[in-house]
Amino acid sequence: MNTTVADTGTDEKTWGGGKEPLKASYGKLMMWFFITSDALTFTGFLASYGFSRFKFAEIWPIADDVFTHVPFIHGNYPMIFVAFMTFILIMSSVTMVLAVDAGHKMDKAKTTIYMFLTVIGGFIFLSSQAYEWTTFIKGEYGAVGTHGGNIIHFVDTDGNRVALKDFAIGEPKERTQHLGKNGLWFTSESSLPSYTFDEVVAGFEANENILVKTTYTDKETGHKTILSRNESLKELKTKGKNVVEGANLIQNEYGPPLFANYFFFITGFHGFHVSIGVLLNIIIFFNVILGTYERRGSYEMVEKVGLYWHFVDLVWVFVFTFFYLV
Amino acid sequence: MADTHKLEIFRGLVKFKSNTQKIWGVLIFLSIVTAIEVVLGIYKPEVLNGHFMGMKILNWIFIILTIVKAYYITWDFMHMRDETASLRRMVVWTGVFLICYIIFIILQEGQYVGSVFTNGFVKHDF
Repeated sequence: MNTTVADTGTDEKTWGGGKEPLKASYGKLMMWFFITSDALTFTGFLASYGFSRFKFAEIWPIADDVFTHVPFIHGNYPMIFVAFMTFILIMSSVTMVLAVDAGHKMDKAKTTIYMFLTVIGGFIFLSSQAYEWTTFIKGEYGAVGTHGGNIIHFVDTDGNRVALKDFAIGEPKERTQHLGKNGLWFTSESSLPSYTFDEVVAGFEANENILVKTTYTDKETGHKTILSRNESLKELKTKGKNVVEGANLIQNEYGPPLFANYFFFITGFHGFHVSIGVLLNIIIFFNVILGTYERRGSYEMVEKVGLYWHFVDLVWVFVFTFFYLV
Repeated sequence: MADTHKLEIFRGLVKFKSNTQKIWGVLIFLSIVTAIEVVLGIYKPEVLNGHFMGMKILNWIFIILTIVKAYYITWDFMHMRDETASLRRMVVWTGVFLICYIIFIILQEGQYVGSVFTNGFVKHDF
């Protein structure tokens, strides 16, 4: 490198070049600046998420009611699975920093093992997120959407959620889903819900012990308000419009449409970052095996990608707080 | 590089013998903090439901613990502790200033829009 730089004769002067006031290489510095700007992107997303929560403070769903699923186990376990995901990501951060540490010591074997473990951790996290999205999109109980874009939930007299399929009275169906192939080819519609709105109302009228749970949070208890039987009937018949099952970008069975939109957008954008991180880690992993850094005499590349990987972990810590805890 | 790591955390309260040891120590600390958050998130103790400066005490705890976690991830996993002070300030203060600014303006505006929804003439639940 030295041969390519012209001697300007200002080497001894403060601004003469060749000095490293930050004691960091160009690549590392640029990674830090990228991380700062990317952090601001995520700040923008999370702050706009906060904006919408402040705007719909009363009708925002409670996370513990939504994210209750754990793979292979039935039942209601809020927080457990996300805590597991957080732990996986922190753990893979640890293996990454151990890889960086082994790289500093020019220990090729250890760096290889730790990079491998980091990649595995990344894959576990991504599959967990895939599971999380699947259950979120599929939904569990179903709900009724109102004309104003709100959501009506159903509970029994003890306050436990009741699924639509447990009380809706099914009638012979005449309506089939319109597909592009058997009608106007340029229009189509998403899959029809299992029950029509009328069937849900009929079932609700027939079952005396089912009540409506609104999306409004009671300020005193922090729980959603449950209406009396008469109010429930009135609420359902005057406001109800259609049946919502699961979540998409237009409606979801958990709360305001923005809730699902932000969930998909922010966790999706974070998941995208994780995917890129896994890709970079795999590249680095193979470079370590091939001995690229051994020949180069420096494992700094591991450190730079490590910075990115830790940043992904850092963002998840915030996503975890604002989506699942607060 | 390997021997230039600063091996103290908690302002010198805990001192580690090697960088590897410090990493495991920080992992244990982060796990404990996460465990506290999860337990509080599941049980939501009644005591912490009070309000302090417009927000639930529980939420204050969550946010502060998150910032604590972020600090240790940046300082020990990303080796910010070992960088020069000028690099650290360049990255951290820029971020902190802009983040505080955007949070302030956007949440302020969100509260205003929320109040229009609740007190104004626009009906959004029908």
